[in-house]
Amino acid sequence: MTKEDIVTQVWNELELTKRRSGEIVDHLIFTIKNTLKKGDMVKIGGFGKFEVRHRKPRIGRNPKTGEEKEIKEGKSVKFTAGKPLKIAVLNSAD
Amino acid sequence: MTKTELIKQLARDCGLTLKQSETVVNTFIRSITQALVDGGKVELRGFGSFRTKTRAARRGRNPKTGETVQVPEKVVPFFKPGKQFRALIDCDD
Repeated sequence: MTKEDIVTQVWNELELTKRRSGEIVDHLIFTIKNTLKKGDMVKIGGFGKFEVRHRKPRIGRNPKTGEEKEIKEGKSVKFTAGKPLKIAVLNSAD
Repeated sequence: MTKTELIKQLARDCGLTLKQSETVVNTFIRSITQALVDGGKVELRGFGSFRTKTRAARRGRNPKTGETVQVPEKVVPFFKPGKQFRALIDCDD
């Protein structure tokens, strides 16, 4: 599934043009990204939580050459699925 | 930011009613959830991809009783941020 499919579903739900639906979905994604960029988390009840986590610096090793190299600290995005999403996915597996 | 705040922000920025904005957010999460339940994945350019991962069965321990239990294999949702999103977050400015 791609963004196009989500846009089509939004378009089906609301009486808007396809183009406007696309802009709205883009803006939704932009808002999530921008909120995280500002250091806040985004918690969507029933779905999950996006947050920024700090990664500590660590020593990595090139598995091919065995060479050791420091991997710098940084920030990354972590998504934690909420319970309803976890349960839905888990139950779909059987 | 909570879901309610997200809905309000989206409504304000895009000139939607709160009801419309709520529909957009719900449609977004419902589409992704449904795709994952169907065993598929969702790729959103500039944002990232959602898919499922299989966690292997393992032997766990009840921390209270010390009893060893078998934890069965399970499928969990997983989000991998895209290159552009990672770069946005992991820069110093």
